[in-house]
Amino acid sequence: MMMEEQNGKPHKEDVCPGKKDKLNLETANAQIEETKGPEFWRSLEELAGSGEFQEMMHREFPKGASEWLDTVSRRGFMKLMGASLAMAGMTACTKQPLEPIVPYVKQPEEIVPGKPLFFATAFTLGGYAAPLLVESHLYRPTKIEGNDKHPVSLGGTDVFSQASVLGLYDPDRSQNVIHLGNVSSWGQFKEVILATLKDQSASQGAGIRVLTGAFSSPALADQSQAFLKLYPQAKWHVYEPVNRDNAYEGAKLAFGQPVDTQYQLENADVIVTLDADFLYAGFPGFTKYARDYAKRRDPDSGNMSRMYAIESSPTSTGLKSDHRLPVRAVDVEMIACQLAGSSGGSLSGAQAKFVASVVKELQAHRGSSVVIPGEHQPPAVHALAHAINAQLGNVGKTVVYTDTVVANPANQTESLKDLVADMKAGKVQWLIVSGVNPLFDSPADVNFADAFNGVPNRVHLGLYQDETAEQCHWHINETHYLESWGDTRAFDGTVSIVQPLIAPLYDGKSLHELLGVLSDDAQLSAYNVVQDYWRKQHPGSDFDLFWRRSLHDGWVQGTTYTPKQVSAKSENFSQTTTTRSTFSSGGPASAIEINFRPDPSIYDGRFSNNAWLQELPKPLSKLTWDNAVWIGPVMAERMGVATKDLVRVEVNGAKVDLPVWIQAGHPDNSITVFLGYGRKRAGRAGTGAGFDVYPLRTTATPYFTTGAQVTKISGTYLLASTQGYQTMDAGDETRPIVRTATLEEYKQHADFNEEKPPAELTLYPGFDAQYKKEPYAWGMTIDLNSCVGCNNCIIACQSENNIAVVGKEQVNHGRHMHWIRVDAYYQGDRSDPQAYFQPVPCMQCENAPCELVCPVGATTHSTEGLNDMVYNRCVGTRYCSNNCPYKVRRFNFFLFSDWDTPQYKMMRNPDVTVRSRGVMEKCTYCVQRISEYRIKAEESGTTDRNTDGDLKTACQQSCPANAIIFGNINDANSQVSKLKAKQRNYGLLDDLNTRPRTTYLAEIRNPNPELQG
Amino acid sequence: MQIFHRATNTLAKASIFGGLILVGTLLWACIQIQRSPYVTYQHVARPQPVPFSHEHHVAAIGIDCRYCHTSVENSSFAGIPPTKTCMNCHSEIWLGGGMLQPVRDSYASGKSLIWNRVNDLPDFVYFDHSIHISKGVGCNTCHGPVDRMPLMYNEGSLQMEWCLDCHRSPAKNLRPQEQVFNMRYEQPTTQKPLLYDGKVYTDQMSLGADLVTKYHLRTVADITSCSTCHR
Repeated sequence: MMMEEQNGKPHKEDVCPGKKDKLNLETANAQIEETKGPEFWRSLEELAGSGEFQEMMHREFPKGASEWLDTVSRRGFMKLMGASLAMAGMTACTKQPLEPIVPYVKQPEEIVPGKPLFFATAFTLGGYAAPLLVESHLYRPTKIEGNDKHPVSLGGTDVFSQASVLGLYDPDRSQNVIHLGNVSSWGQFKEVILATLKDQSASQGAGIRVLTGAFSSPALADQSQAFLKLYPQAKWHVYEPVNRDNAYEGAKLAFGQPVDTQYQLENADVIVTLDADFLYAGFPGFTKYARDYAKRRDPDSGNMSRMYAIESSPTSTGLKSDHRLPVRAVDVEMIACQLAGSSGGSLSGAQAKFVASVVKELQAHRGSSVVIPGEHQPPAVHALAHAINAQLGNVGKTVVYTDTVVANPANQTESLKDLVADMKAGKVQWLIVSGVNPLFDSPADVNFADAFNGVPNRVHLGLYQDETAEQCHWHINETHYLESWGDTRAFDGTVSIVQPLIAPLYDGKSLHELLGVLSDDAQLSAYNVVQDYWRKQHPGSDFDLFWRRSLHDGWVQGTTYTPKQVSAKSENFSQTTTTRSTFSSGGPASAIEINFRPDPSIYDGRFSNNAWLQELPKPLSKLTWDNAVWIGPVMAERMGVATKDLVRVEVNGAKVDLPVWIQAGHPDNSITVFLGYGRKRAGRAGTGAGFDVYPLRTTATPYFTTGAQVTKISGTYLLASTQGYQTMDAGDETRPIVRTATLEEYKQHADFNEEKPPAELTLYPGFDAQYKKEPYAWGMTIDLNSCVGCNNCIIACQSENNIAVVGKEQVNHGRHMHWIRVDAYYQGDRSDPQAYFQPVPCMQCENAPCELVCPVGATTHSTEGLNDMVYNRCVGTRYCSNNCPYKVRRFNFFLFSDWDTPQYKMMRNPDVTVRSRGVMEKCTYCVQRISEYRIKAEESGTTDRNTDGDLKTACQQSCPANAIIFGNINDANSQVSKLKAKQRNYGLLDDLNTRPRTTYLAEIRNPNPELQG
Repeated sequence: MQIFHRATNTLAKASIFGGLILVGTLLWACIQIQRSPYVTYQHVARPQPVPFSHEHHVAAIGIDCRYCHTSVENSSFAGIPPTKTCMNCHSEIWLGGGMLQPVRDSYASGKSLIWNRVNDLPDFVYFDHSIHISKGVGCNTCHGPVDRMPLMYNEGSLQMEWCLDCHRSPAKNLRPQEQVFNMRYEQPTTQKPLLYDGKVYTDQMSLGADLVTKYHLRTVADITSCSTCHR
């Protein structure tokens, strides 16, 4: 589908920047009606062709980024400048200060200063492990990579594990044991608790309760069993605000027992999601799914999969799909029944057609299709999905059932309710809370805080002195996972030993050690607990070898779950499927539904104080540092609200005021709010950011409910979204930035994308030849088909290249520093668009426009085709970024890098300069890694660096979908050369003749011809 | 009527030229200060916790560079010896030497000795020892006659022009790899020709040119690209 043909000549109005008023919905709609708008758009403003957007496109930085915005007057500024000019001459005479150099006393054998070591370990979220390799410089962990030998990771990671290294060095982490608000010590705590435990053992621990998050650690499970054996009357509760209750209840409904479901997407020709966002980092198995999904989206290998998404709140999964049916979450169950063969419920014409097509497709792909239910859909939908998958013969082929990864798959909501009931009844003498924050995130209706405050002895073990720690008698600073021993399971059941990378920075304790004290074994270390457990599992003389191998490889052999044979309980199946004809529609169709979702960046609030995640533009809205209520364009229009307007959301007898974000693709009469914001005691990054929506949430309807009231209230709120910033000028759209075709079109016209600039259009004849003769010429391809917009590359780049965080205010001015951004382009109807995700790093142009305009030669070309940026030469004229058509250059308007906090000094990559104020920076293709490989090869006396596949940029290495490929384009056999030879390959804004080294592979969608048009 | 005296003309001329000369001189002075040992510390010994003498250890005793600087051949950083390396010998000899007290204290207490860095490049420069060693750049080419330094100082200015001087014409400094750690290596001359690889060399440039090929040195354009050292 070539866009210019379809739309005719897209409109182009001559807009005087700033002349037009701010976009309001009436004018927007009028403009959309009038002009039809561009085919691809990044924001609703752009779709409407507003003046604000046009201005943004023509500007180098957004308005205000380059201006003096401080409160100091112009006159004051001139005075300061005068003084600094006078001093400026003096700075050249600065002497380098004496620098100390500190050797070891006894140097460990494996350490070679200047060379990093890599250790295997694992990060855990909700019990599911992300297997990792962590780069360590002189025993300081600096960079998280995926464990490429592990079957789940295969080198890919997710944003949460990537950013966890910042969590380790977070200066706001709790550094002390606190007793009643005063600094105490672990020793004092032990004394107190050991004395009380003596009382408790008489009553067999009847007064002891433990509350933790979900865990999969076999050693912890074993230890908790031993603890409960010691105190048979004690109870262990598990609660996380975003949990898998629905999935387990659904499995119980279907099979009579909780099981985990693994999807084999590489075998799936047809994927149907029922409100499931499996391309989101919080979804168990995300890295594996992203890779398998991408593998089946290659139009050149044939046999491309097709994805249908039936979903409520828009997700990257849904917008990536070939066909998306936006429905309210409450209606998903009815549609699932329809898929299963029920005739109940009522569907509109378009919906019925959609469902009929999906059914037909599923029937045609028995054994090679898969239906994936969403985590927030009720158990019935999960049971239905199990039934459909069984009916289609998918079980064993695309769907595999295993034991649960988490050690205790009990219903967490019930578990929390039980605990509250016991607390209210005064049965609880000692409550130990570990790693969770119920005072912030428990459902409103259980009144956790009231019951909690009645418990006479409350102990909190956690990384932060958070809302819960504040209300506890004792707070013990917990070790970060990079500081302590443990073990954990990945979503396929494989156990990884969690290996510490550094000694505890603040002498923290782990839950293993706390349980040791509670079990009257105060000397117990986490290392002993884990090792002893595995010694029991692997008795025999070769244990040492087994242990070392497990640590080295990053997983324990033989622990991967084997598929489990589960038999369906037929009475439950029939009940939930065909015979069913009534559905809770949640009241009339006009009743407003509210969806609660974990935030894409900070999850349930536990990552609130992680500034990398806070500043990470969320996949669809590109919002940073805040949450907003998502409202669909049609509903917003009806209500007369615009983005940034404040609304009051009332549901379940509670109300919260928060700003609106109009999200294209959101179903009508439905809104989405994101959990995790509005923290009161998170730290300097998290406290006060966003709005707390937990008060709206109840145990009965944790993920969605109808009957919400949304009313406009006066006032607006500043939202810092990067959507629309760094917009590239695609001219009159004869050079579309995103290129796409359907599979059919691609098969017929593989050359649909042929549009190469004429070779003679150059001021540098023979320019090509110069690069062709070099042995190495670096280039990159980014496959738009594979990119799922997970943002992982942004965090990986930030971590690898010491990129600073700037804060909400500065993001709003467009001064964020990310070297790679992921642009989301929407296409089609604003209520039901498709989206294209386009990561944009520096293009490393061969004819780089930036280089020509630098007055001081601070950006120059290397012989291998890198567009080098020399920080120490840069004087900050910003001419280069002014001349960059891709808007990939970032300027340090202030001293954004924290040069003082000692923890951050430990975190930084020593191979990359930490930039100061007033210099330009941008993607370097990870030149430090190129250098490393070059030096390694040259030292071995060869000119052949043999880098293909080994030398990876940080973004490439972290990408779970393998969308980014980097390598030597002068080697015809390299991966990148082969990709560049494909007809899908195109350069951004090719006709400017910048000859970008980074090119894109056009996105090929595989729509069902029946549903097209 | 003439207000100014005739002599004012001369004064005016003198002040114009004088002013120009003054500006020029100031500029020249600035550049000279910038290149002077006052700024670069060239040939200036730094204070150290122990007056360690390279002259004594290298020239008099004959310890190889790599005995202490262990990672010089395979890492960017040459390595500063841990206290343990000192104690290998000094647990046997010079036991009572007062100068060595900080070393013994460090070994006993487990607290590192804190030295002052001598060859200190700015933080935005990424120098790699190992690649220079493997391409035949001798230690003393950059570090000077370390075996004649009772107290360590930096031989070069360590300014960019000093680095580029060699990167623009590496042939003038290369030597056979086996001579890299030889502190008394002399470049071949007609008086002292060098027999290497079955060929007699009487001048450095012809030896250097051959070594450039033999060691696969990258082109001058390659090794003067900014990202070779700055990233």
